[in-house]
Amino acid sequence: MDQNKHSEHHITGYGVYILVWLGLLALTSITVTVAGIDFGMVALAVAMCIAAIKSALVINIFMHIKFDQPIFKVFLLVSGFTLIVIFILTFLDFSYR
Amino acid sequence: MTQNEHTVSSEHSHAHVHRDDIGSKMGMWLFLFTELLLFGGMFLMYAVYRFQYQVEFKIAAMELSVTMGTLNTVILLTSSLTVAIAITAIQKGNKFLAILNLSITILFAGMFMVNKFFEWSAKFEHGLYPGSEKMLGLPNGQIMFYGLYYIMTGLHGLHVIIGVIILAIMLVLVIKDKITSDNYVKLENGGLYWHLVDLIWIFLFPLFYLIH
Repeated sequence: MDQNKHSEHHITGYGVYILVWLGLLALTSITVTVAGIDFGMVALAVAMCIAAIKSALVINIFMHIKFDQPIFKVFLLVSGFTLIVIFILTFLDFSYR
Repeated sequence: MTQNEHTVSSEHSHAHVHRDDIGSKMGMWLFLFTELLLFGGMFLMYAVYRFQYQVEFKIAAMELSVTMGTLNTVILLTSSLTVAIAITAIQKGNKFLAILNLSITILFAGMFMVNKFFEWSAKFEHGLYPGSEKMLGLPNGQIMFYGLYYIMTGLHGLHVIIGVIILAIMLVLVIKDKITSDNYVKLENGGLYWHLVDLIWIFLFPLFYLIH
């Protein structure tokens, strides 16, 4: 199998990046608008969902995870999972104190 | 260069300089995970105290300017775009476009820090800084909010400054043709660092500026 550098490495087009950027800006304006009208824990949940979507865009496209070796995805899932476990355990401790 | 060639060349000849781009990127990602956990710990602390002091956090957050925060969000998102474009440009052999976009990225990073400077100094003028008389007179939850605000945006700001230094080095390397269309892993890793800075801000922004 010829593993020439250019054929093995995916080059993302400028257009894709600009579309992602426009998406990120749109999501930012949504999050600012929602924060202005809603309140309480619903607003927090919405803001965190939007932040998660934004980070998925940045990680997959800007940081190229979507096109890189699967091992990087495994790394990311393991560290993300670790962080979630730490959060859950802390909140279990915090809420039953 | 394939990975097989790498092994062959390093064992038998000196025709190729040993280079492992995947390994290099892997190292960068591992480093980014330590960063993730560093900030993760702070986000954890934020989460616990926000639930404990919901009202105080809301009141304290009113001091922060949503306009300033939104402006800095747009600046960082755009700088992430330009660094990504710079990488594609170098991959396609367009040195000029890469230099232009890297320069714009550094410029945006500077704008971010200038905004941050004005933001922080406005708060200092109002007497809102860690250990100030006004601060110590506030309820615990508000002191906690400002403490977290200063330490988290401060550490993030430090990362922006480090990012600028890294990107400036990358810019020099591109100019000197040390980063080229077939050897760009350094720029990719620099870009990854910059995107991480952007990622952290994506969470800091709603958590500190958008509590109403």
